[in-house]
Amino acid sequence: MLKESVNAAVTSKTTPDTRSAEWHFGDRAFRWLTLAMALVIFVLVFLIGWELEEGSRLALHQFGPRFLISSDWDPVNEKFGALPFIFGTLVSSAIALIIAVPISIATAVYLTELAPLWLRQPLIMFIELLAAVPSVILGLWGIFVMVPWLRDHLFPWLQKCFGFLPLFKGPIYGVSMLAGGIIVAIMIIPIITSVSREILRSVPGLQREAAYALGATRWEVTRIAVLSYAKKGLFGAVILGLGRALGETMAVTMVIGNSAQIVASLFAPGYTLASVIANEFNEATGNLYPSALFELGLVLLGVTVLVNVVAQLLLKTFAGPSVKPQH
Amino acid sequence: MNKIVLSLLGCACWLTVGSGLQAQTLINGAGSSFDYPAFTKWFEAYGKVDPGIRFNYQSIGSGAGQKQLLNQTVDFGASDAPMTDASMSKAPGRILHVPVVAGGVAIIYNLPGSPKLKLDSDVIANIYLGNITKWNDPKIAALNAGVSLPELAIIPVHRSEGSGTTFIFTDYLSSVNPVWADTVGKNTAVKWPAGIGLGAKGSEGVSGQVKQLPGAIGYAELAYADQNKIPYADVKNAAGNFIAPAPDSVSAALATANIPADFRFSMVNAPGDKSYPIAGASWILIYEKQQSADRGAKLVAFLKWAVTEGQKISSTLDYAPLPDNVQQRELELLGTIKW
Repeated sequence: MLKESVNAAVTSKTTPDTRSAEWHFGDRAFRWLTLAMALVIFVLVFLIGWELEEGSRLALHQFGPRFLISSDWDPVNEKFGALPFIFGTLVSSAIALIIAVPISIATAVYLTELAPLWLRQPLIMFIELLAAVPSVILGLWGIFVMVPWLRDHLFPWLQKCFGFLPLFKGPIYGVSMLAGGIIVAIMIIPIITSVSREILRSVPGLQREAAYALGATRWEVTRIAVLSYAKKGLFGAVILGLGRALGETMAVTMVIGNSAQIVASLFAPGYTLASVIANEFNEATGNLYPSALFELGLVLLGVTVLVNVVAQLLLKTFAGPSVKPQH
Repeated sequence: MNKIVLSLLGCACWLTVGSGLQAQTLINGAGSSFDYPAFTKWFEAYGKVDPGIRFNYQSIGSGAGQKQLLNQTVDFGASDAPMTDASMSKAPGRILHVPVVAGGVAIIYNLPGSPKLKLDSDVIANIYLGNITKWNDPKIAALNAGVSLPELAIIPVHRSEGSGTTFIFTDYLSSVNPVWADTVGKNTAVKWPAGIGLGAKGSEGVSGQVKQLPGAIGYAELAYADQNKIPYADVKNAAGNFIAPAPDSVSAALATANIPADFRFSMVNAPGDKSYPIAGASWILIYEKQQSADRGAKLVAFLKWAVTEGQKISSTLDYAPLPDNVQQRELELLGTIKW
């Protein structure tokens, strides 16, 4: 009833002139206030970038572009390079996505298409609970529960079955690039699942009905009418997860082993950009050392922006109707 | 509207109450987290000696503590490593180093049956350099006659974040092993030899990894090794004796260490029969010329108390008490502070 009258009110006053003439002070104030809030975001991003650039000026000047390709990280002799950390960040995020994306999308499909109604709400609650677990708690769980299990069970099994691949060669310590990737996967599963579920829910029922009408099986309906329709949105959900994976710090630091090296084996310890900043900033003395850490922050910002731009470009290659992420 | 007036009134009341408390002098400090447990006990105990003083200490790390002192945003800094000449030259005034606590770094390990091991500088350095890779290496066996050592890979664990403990450990290895000094050096964080062992976050991380991984070796403050019941090695000192880390053996090292007039010293590998070789001090850093007479006087009085009476309290926390000769020299140094 109310909705109808609002609609009527809107259609009856379509010309902006008459409307703006009736604008009250409160409306104008509200508009400016929301605009100001929206601008705060831009200002914040600009300030963060500017502050990082200021802080890293010394290192930028000292190392130039070599910083990105050097794999030296030697605080004693003040030689700094970001390559092992960039490598670690990208590899651990990639592992996380490889694990998390199938699980998350399958969960979302189950929740929206297949699960009985009584099961949906409890499952959703559990997923949201997982999202609420603080990073440091997951890290502690990682050290004391997950890593010993990986070391004693999963990793030896992987080595036995796939040991011929360079990815699974070498000594097993438990803490490793793979452990880091797995913990990140656990952290991004809730976000990808929640967003994917919203997207699948917003696929119009007509899509499904039309597919059923053509005699499609349940799997075909899901594949053709739902997933294909929502792929652009699902891709967006994955990108949101990737954004979190790239910047994830505490839990990763606790299980990744923190060794600045580039090796093929996923059982070897690695290091990420966010971890090294968190680890070394407190005790970094002198001028160049903190500056190099600032530059790592700048590199992390750059990597995040770059990955998002590439993702947007990839997204454009998808065609057809789509549903966008709601977040 | 009434609500706004009420909340403004509330604010006003809160401010007056707050300023009433300001009759106490607030001393701000920042820096080392290694010192933090000792400071917390001291601040509490000193509140009974002088109720007119209140402390606000931020345990944000030695590097940050030095920076805050240089920017004069705190009354004192605390650092696990002495300041370098380059950093001190940026200060607006002369900075004094006052050693307040000292502690030993234990070499912890995980071996089946937890035998008591004896290690020397050569073995420790070569393990961390990756030259000794198995526990049954002849060099380890030679030091430990009668201990059956397994053919188990050694996994060296180090601190992943910058820390005073790493500074003490690498300072020790640099002073006893020329190869280490040339290739790795000493700092709160160093470039660990590539592909050897792993890094763990915090003392709890290192002791946790060593506890979990058979064959692991690590280094941690004595208190952590004790609390977690991890076996630690006796280490050969400069006099050739194998000494266990303990507050007493660290105090012995402090008493015999060569301490220059500005107190920027290293006490690793100190001479003396009973000195434990892997130990370090932590310093409070203050300006020789204090800006405020009131706060300067109170801070110096507190420091004089901390290096004498306070030592009895800190030794209950596994810190080594400062020996008498060092206490006397520090009191003289504190006497030179002006305001």
